[in-house]
Amino acid sequence: MSKPKIKEIVVLSGKGGTGKTSLVASLASLLKGKLVLADCDVDAANLHLLLKPKIKESHPFIAGKLAQIIPDKCSKCGLCLEDCRFEAIYKQKTNNHFFYQVDPIECEGCGVCAYFCPEQAIAFKEQECGLWMRSTTKYGPMIHAKLHIGAENSGKLVSLVRKEAYELAEKKNLEYVLVDGPPGLGCPVIASLTGSSFALIITEPTLSGQHDFERILKLTKHFKTPSALIINKWDLNPQIAASIEEMAHLNDCSIIGTIPYDESFTKAQLKTQPVIEVNKALKDKMEIIWENINKVIKKYN
Amino acid sequence: MIIAIGSGKGGTGKTTIAVNLAKSLEEKITLLDCDVEEPNAQIFIQGKKIKEEEVSVPIPWVQEELCSECAKCSHICQFNAIVSFNTIPLIFPELCHSCGGCIKICPTQALQEKEYPLGVITTYQKEHITLLEGKLNIGHPMAPPLIKRLKKNISSSILTLIDAPPGTSCPFITTVKKADFVLLVTEPTPFGLNDLQLAVETIRELQIPYGVIINKDLAESNLITNYCEQESIPVLLRIPNNQEIAKIYSQGKILIEEIPLFKQKFVDLINEIKKLTGGK
Repeated sequence: MSKPKIKEIVVLSGKGGTGKTSLVASLASLLKGKLVLADCDVDAANLHLLLKPKIKESHPFIAGKLAQIIPDKCSKCGLCLEDCRFEAIYKQKTNNHFFYQVDPIECEGCGVCAYFCPEQAIAFKEQECGLWMRSTTKYGPMIHAKLHIGAENSGKLVSLVRKEAYELAEKKNLEYVLVDGPPGLGCPVIASLTGSSFALIITEPTLSGQHDFERILKLTKHFKTPSALIINKWDLNPQIAASIEEMAHLNDCSIIGTIPYDESFTKAQLKTQPVIEVNKALKDKMEIIWENINKVIKKYN
Repeated sequence: MIIAIGSGKGGTGKTTIAVNLAKSLEEKITLLDCDVEEPNAQIFIQGKKIKEEEVSVPIPWVQEELCSECAKCSHICQFNAIVSFNTIPLIFPELCHSCGGCIKICPTQALQEKEYPLGVITTYQKEHITLLEGKLNIGHPMAPPLIKRLKKNISSSILTLIDAPPGTSCPFITTVKKADFVLLVTEPTPFGLNDLQLAVETIRELQIPYGVIINKDLAESNLITNYCEQESIPVLLRIPNNQEIAKIYSQGKILIEEIPLFKQKFVDLINEIKKLTGGK
């Protein structure tokens, strides 16, 4: 018998702070033992605060290179400063001499300076940009990561976290990979989205939420990933909630359900627990939401 | 003076702070919306569009008849944006960082640069506020070049407020670099605290003075207050957690116009920042 295909659900929002992580933690609680969790908000990860993973392995994330000028070899010709398009090389003056230096935050890692340096005076070495971890939680295994301060390559780290989570699900014969995605639309979001089974978008009925939903919806269409919508705090503004649903409907985005404005979200977070574990009514609600998600998954499989 | 408003965590109220600060002052203000992935300031400012400019980045294109299929371009590219297996190279514009390495290395001058659209900068005017909004094209992964272009509009004689993107990685760093002060907006929850700590670490690295605003403040949580006390970080403003404020926000309305007693708080905030930065 062939193994069931793994379903990779990516939770996105466009706008930040609409409840991605609270939703993921609650779904994890419902799907205990059936899933692998992946926190792809590698820039500002929060899922670990609710799921309290026990770290089993921690690995350095090596990606991209940075330039570094070797002072003894440098002839101070200034070619690197001319060639660098990122203003990452600067002339440092002291009393009566000067030298060239690389600003590691500005350095894009393109290697142009190192390649064309006539003295081979620029080292171009791989960098540790962060850490990624294999952990266990009471709901299932979790892959998560932390990008170092100011480090580049968040998209590559996201891809790595997803790949590890997927392989773990295959190995452990688990049906779902649930991805907590980053906010926005840029490189880490694109890395979270491409090739996944479907995008679960959670938004809020505010004009900003609506605007950002429209853009994330266009992004999912651009990458031809099926999408589904949950409106959090829908009763904050029922009128905008209705027009968001309308927009979803017109764009083949399945409507999964709504969640009311509820102080228990904040209270559960203060207790560092998934919200459905502190509020029975929300648990019932989330069970219906999960049923609806499953219907959508079946539709696309 | 340049004041950037950032947060670490998304949805804590950066845009609310930026917009209300701009509205509460009477002097000329440039407001930059550097959250180019999801810009929202115009929803609240409702300014009149006065200019629209397409922003592009240079990417290579190959003149096939000149290409010697040496693949040097492919070897120098660190981003897999130009790929050749001793063939005419394939170019992937979304991956290109516009470093110019391939152009420089090509021995037959077969590569030239052409402009590739990245996004749009729109200028809006509303009373004393000039809003410049950057909007990244859908599907384009790289925000920093657009943010850099937006920041070219900063004039040293005009107070500039910057609405920063969430997070603490490249888009955030590009935005806050060279700011005179960073306001970090957070909320008193474990997520808010965790992401504030990340933002503080980043700002310290950049050596920019900063202070904290606690939005959606809760009587039952001292998480942020305690952290700021421990780290001697000034807490410059508190906005209580209440549904009325959330509703005002949801409709795109301005807090200080709906609840005028907040206006003085924002005026005081600017004065406090001027004091902290030595009155620049």
